[in-house]
Amino acid sequence: MDDLIIAGEKFSSRLIMGTGGAPSLDVLDRALVASGTRLTTVAMRRLDPAARGSVLDVLRRRDIKVLPNTAGCFTAGDAVLTARLAREALGTDWVKLEVIADERTLLPDPIETFDAAERLVADGFTVLPYIGDDPALARRLEQAGCAAVMPLGAPIGSGLGIRNPHSIELIVEAAGVPVILDAGIGTASDAALAMELGCDAVLLATAVTRAQRPDLMAAAMRGAVEAGRLARLAGRIPRRRYAEASSPVGP
Amino acid sequence: MKVTINGSAREVPHGTTVAQAVRILTSATTGVAVAVNDEVVTRGTWETTALSDSDRVEVLTAVQGG
Repeated sequence: MDDLIIAGEKFSSRLIMGTGGAPSLDVLDRALVASGTRLTTVAMRRLDPAARGSVLDVLRRRDIKVLPNTAGCFTAGDAVLTARLAREALGTDWVKLEVIADERTLLPDPIETFDAAERLVADGFTVLPYIGDDPALARRLEQAGCAAVMPLGAPIGSGLGIRNPHSIELIVEAAGVPVILDAGIGTASDAALAMELGCDAVLLATAVTRAQRPDLMAAAMRGAVEAGRLARLAGRIPRRRYAEASSPVGP
Repeated sequence: MKVTINGSAREVPHGTTVAQAVRILTSATTGVAVAVNDEVVTRGTWETTALSDSDRVEVLTAVQGG
């Protein structure tokens, strides 16, 4: 499959994994390997002296690039501080910018997200913002210097798939930076659809980590993303109202 | 003096540095970042940055998420 390129950096996989929700680091490790991912998110939290093992060890062992997120932040100020702490702790200026509006829906706050994006770009970060399926906001964030845009398919962890494929297509049509479908993926067909709609990559976590067999679902997602990408590149046939014979007509 | 480290109030000697505060929680120095009163303290200055009374120290690391 052709490489995914974000901010000039190449990735041989178009499946970006999250690490949340896995019952253990061992289960996570096997799922990450099965997914073939080359880029994976982590969250920043207070250090727990009792914690054993680190998600960072797993990523380092598998040579997977770490993408810190700002999950749990409700304001631009919180997100900027979290990104700076992640840069300090992990030695990367990449950040998945995530500023949440409320606990119940976990939908992204567009105003705070845009504010934080401008400040982080000015501070030299490579910013990948998580946003609603809003073509206007996606365009504004690209103009503000973001390296990609990450519209949701449905609320985080909902597994509802892509609720508004038309908006995703509009974002893809206008974007000059990679579009990464983030959140809402429930099963393999959702990931394939994202790629068929023209997304450059898919980011998912829960669909794999909370599946009954995470490593098997990770393999399914890998196949789905590749199949969807190939179908997009191949160019699908138009939808027709009536049949069109595929065998020669007549005697 | 009293400081808050990751949300817990702690009594520490005057002149306690950021590096000493971090060592209360962990011996790790990589994969860890510190903010004092919402400002990042870069690792190179942990040993030379002294805490003041009622400072809020946050020691963060990467965990599973996203």
